[in-house]
Amino acid sequence: MVELILILISAIFVNNFVLARFLGICPFLGVSKKVETALGMGMAVTFVMTVAAVVTWLIQYFILIPFNIEYLQTIAFILVIASLVQLVEMVIQKVSPVLYQSLGIFLPLITTNCAVLGLAVLNIQKGYSFLESVVFAIGAALGFTLAMVLFAGLRERIDLCPVPKSFRGTAIALVTAGLLSLAFMGFAGLVKG
Amino acid sequence: MIAAVISLGGIGLAAAVALGVAAKKFAVEVDPREAAILEVLSGANCGACGLPGCSAYAKAVVEEGVPANLCSPGGQATIEAIAAIMGVAAEAMVPQVAVVRCQGDNRKAKNKFHYLGLQDCNAAQRIADGPKACPGGCLGLGGCERVCPFGAIEMTADGIAVISRDKCTGCKKCVAACPRNVIAMTPRTATVHVLCNSHDKGAVVRKYCEVGCIGCQICKKTAPGAYLIEDFLARVVYEEEQDAAPGIEKCPTKCIRDFALGYPEGSSFKAAESRPEPEHAA
Repeated sequence: MVELILILISAIFVNNFVLARFLGICPFLGVSKKVETALGMGMAVTFVMTVAAVVTWLIQYFILIPFNIEYLQTIAFILVIASLVQLVEMVIQKVSPVLYQSLGIFLPLITTNCAVLGLAVLNIQKGYSFLESVVFAIGAALGFTLAMVLFAGLRERIDLCPVPKSFRGTAIALVTAGLLSLAFMGFAGLVKG
Repeated sequence: MIAAVISLGGIGLAAAVALGVAAKKFAVEVDPREAAILEVLSGANCGACGLPGCSAYAKAVVEEGVPANLCSPGGQATIEAIAAIMGVAAEAMVPQVAVVRCQGDNRKAKNKFHYLGLQDCNAAQRIADGPKACPGGCLGLGGCERVCPFGAIEMTADGIAVISRDKCTGCKKCVAACPRNVIAMTPRTATVHVLCNSHDKGAVVRKYCEVGCIGCQICKKTAPGAYLIEDFLARVVYEEEQDAAPGIEKCPTKCIRDFALGYPEGSSFKAAESRPEPEHAA
């Protein structure tokens, strides 16, 4: 139990996927202009990550390893992730057209979000058990959402600030992202791994 | 090898089946009319209709009953096509045309300083609010000319933008490009316009421009109801069907122009509004 909690804390704060591992920077910069869209993106990524972790773990240990075809790992995982993203896209389009509109191109881009594939591959590399994988996935996704929402909040504030013209937009966003990442460095060494 | 084919094929098949079921379950009904309208729209995504892009406009027409006559690049043919799809009578659109509200070229209007930077209005505007002394005057560096997809804008030799009323489709791209908000959309039926964009007081305007509006109210008195003076700047009231022409003669600074009688000097455009009968070649 303590193990699981440590994995969770590590994934959310210490080894935050965006701010410490620098995975998933594209949606982090692209969909973080408003807190609502950041939260929606976070939810979509959370779902995809969790289900992807479950399915990829099962595929790795029940198909790839028994048949001795581990070299197909990447393509098999991408196949799973892409299908999940398609599913999420359908659901969001049905449930919340507004969110679907505002996420725009970034929703299908979850497919190529390295955070999702990174998570699946890390699960295998670290040799996590099934339960540990699920907890790690939830932690990673929550960490991603946390980073997105914090960053979106910051960007909403920045919009109201007298930022020098040459810094406006992506430039100041990248500077802010760096500072946020520095802030999260404060958690470094809290948990090993 | 066989195992690889079967396993990957199996995963793919399972995903395909699951997605197929989900697609049926979460199907979003799209009105076929929406797709049909999107087909007939020009596809310029120019925003002239006031909505973000053609697909948004198609959606708005079907779902919210937005008028079918807002697509200016498409013109009358598009309006009729949309009306046919929606099964409503085609209404003529009020076509709009862009007008540069300034005649202060480099001969008639003074500059605060000599600008040598990047030859673009937006760049110039960032240096001490642009070289032109008048805060609302055309900078004449052709930012609007470069964004116009229809070649309807020309820069005269003396550095002022002139818009052809024949080529302009009313897409509003130039309005967005102009850093000083000099260009305005006006109803095409109105040919008389006050070509000035300065809200400074008359005495100040006289210092930097020969053809600026000084807010003297003479046009308003000459043609009652046709003009409105706001912040020392006259403008034609387009909503009223008043004849604004009498004000032209009386205007002391000659900043009112009837485009039916021709374009500002230095322009190569020919007045086509009042198309004379073609003369028979002798």
